[in-house]
Amino acid sequence: MPTVLDSLNAGLHRAFAEDERVLLLGEDILDPYGGAFKVPRGLATQYPARVFTSPVSEAGLAGMAGGLALRGLKPVVEIMFGDFLMLTADQLLNSITKFGWMYGGQVDVPLVIRTPMGGRRGYGPTHSQTIEKHFLGVPGLTVLAPAALGNPGALLADAILNDPGPVLFVENKLLYLEPARAASDLPEFELTPHTFPGDYAPAYSLRISGAPPPTVTIAAYGYAAELARKAALLLAYEHEIFVEVLVPTRISFPGNAYFDNLLLPAVQRTGRLLAVEEGTAALGWGAEVLARVAETLGSNLRAAGRVAAEDTPIPASTPMEDAALPQAGDIVREVIRIASR
Amino acid sequence: MHDHPTLYRGLYRIRRFEETVLNEFSSGVFYGTTHTYIGEEADAVGVLAHLHPGDVVFSNHRCHGHFIAYGGYLRALFAELMGKASGVSGGRGGSQHIHWKDFYSNGILGSTTPAAAGAALAEKLKGTGAVTVCFIGDGTLGEGVLYESLNMAALWGAPVLYVVEDNRIAQTTPIELALAGSIPARFEAFGIPARELDTSDVLEVLPVAGELLDAIRAEPGPRALILHTCRFGPHSKGDDTRPAELVEKMRAERDPVKIHGARLDDATRKAVETEVDAEVATAFAAAKAEPMPEGTP
Ligand SMILES: Cc1ncc(C[n+]2csc(CCOP(=O)(O)OP(=O)(O)O)c2C)c(N)n1
Ligand SMILES: [Mg+2]
Repeated sequence: MPTVLDSLNAGLHRAFAEDERVLLLGEDILDPYGGAFKVPRGLATQYPARVFTSPVSEAGLAGMAGGLALRGLKPVVEIMFGDFLMLTADQLLNSITKFGWMYGGQVDVPLVIRTPMGGRRGYGPTHSQTIEKHFLGVPGLTVLAPAALGNPGALLADAILNDPGPVLFVENKLLYLEPARAASDLPEFELTPHTFPGDYAPAYSLRISGAPPPTVTIAAYGYAAELARKAALLLAYEHEIFVEVLVPTRISFPGNAYFDNLLLPAVQRTGRLLAVEEGTAALGWGAEVLARVAETLGSNLRAAGRVAAEDTPIPASTPMEDAALPQAGDIVREVIRIASR
Repeated sequence: MHDHPTLYRGLYRIRRFEETVLNEFSSGVFYGTTHTYIGEEADAVGVLAHLHPGDVVFSNHRCHGHFIAYGGYLRALFAELMGKASGVSGGRGGSQHIHWKDFYSNGILGSTTPAAAGAALAEKLKGTGAVTVCFIGDGTLGEGVLYESLNMAALWGAPVLYVVEDNRIAQTTPIELALAGSIPARFEAFGIPARELDTSDVLEVLPVAGELLDAIRAEPGPRALILHTCRFGPHSKGDDTRPAELVEKMRAERDPVKIHGARLDDATRKAVETEVDAEVATAFAAAKAEPMPEGTP
């Protein structure tokens, strides 16, 4: 079973092999080091002319990628830590995502910015955050986030090769060493992949094998989906509460097929929704998901909740970091609360 | 005040602290990341020896040496690296994010360069006479915000000394792949006087840093000191991609501790080392004995 890291690495290699317009730009991406988290390992050796190891210049990198994409190439930018995405924010918000629309739809900007995100490694306040929520509401920006399910590398390759762009691709750091699991790797679960017409980004649903119909729907992406999966087992075996975990890989709105075709119908059935994310709660992904569900279901939504990080920066100290970030136990607690209503 | 044993003590304290950090990391007592200052000690000691009370320091990810030369407590820094509530930043910051008195560090490269100019301008506007020192690495010359900072610092006469510690590498990227043109010319383009030294001898850094800081105090405005230096250790831990022979050669030829230690007679040097070894060991043990914080962010 490949790890998520292996899978993403293979996805990059596939994209490089299939389209010679694909380029990679980023810091410390030459071999043998192969990037701070090793995702692009091997590319610099195999395609030296298409891999640009860069100065420490995140804003410039994003902007250069914008220019490369405008002129017909397909740049992939690695931002070493997701926290540093903020240095690219102006280029993304005011140029890259504007070009297509403000030039009257005459141009595409096929670029992918990919970045390792998230905490639980003691790296402290500037190297541990989950900040994609600040990019989720940017019109014109597609935000994708693989989980340790299915084929994360195929998602990345599709984004690079087929998306007219721009795409932000968020990789939670703790996923890298997780296996990219298929149904056969999860005997305790029924894992069902879902694809949607006109959308290359799949979604996944997880239920406990042989369990009665779920009473609570959990929406979770990235590493939070791993936590939700663990919580689902605890809930089933220790509390006899059966949940379904619905995992998107496309997390931006609007235009979210997962939401329309999988999540909404599921909550219609259970009437109970818990959204789980590693970012802070206020104005985050879960808030958007809950708001959209409430707008559609009204009083048919019987109970809802969010599990997210505390609304503070991420402390370096392990016990404090553990307390700041959502844990499987928090999901169990919230599900129990929601299930009783 | 800048006598040989005192300077040696300054260099050797940083060395022992950092060696302890690297040696003990695998024991699990530290968590997260670290960037050690081994090989670059003469920079911090030579520059910060001239600080007056109230002068401000901005440091980066490689901040332990700056903090120790500034006068920071070893126990409090060890404790921060261990995630203890008794650490410099209460366990929140970790290795890269520390603040004590007028010392600040941040792990976002380049982020300190406008903050330092702003802090310097604040001290000028308040009339305190304090100067600000901002340490950056060669790799950080890639960040655009630096050049905005230099322009404004020059325009508005911010009393700030930018110290570029050029160890010719950024993480794994050699300077040849990251830097076009010249380092001093980058400062001179904004009318900022720049001095350049290629040395690991604290006695060479000391007078030049002193002249620049005196000049800033006499005539407020930015100055630059470019120190070509050598990083002996890995970037963080176990991530050195350079050939071992290169690092060995640097250790043999450019060790600030050895260079300055050679000026002391054996007995004096041993006495300093014995005292510092005990100080570092005591600080480490004290930090280790302190409790972990409660589980609240
Ligand atoms: C904005 C930002 N980009 C990238 C990094 C990751 N990073 C940490 S240290 C480093 C290299 C810095 O090199 P340099 O400035 O020369 O300092 P040195 O490590 O050599 O002391 C990099 C790329 C970061 N911390 N912040
Ligand atoms: Mg450097």
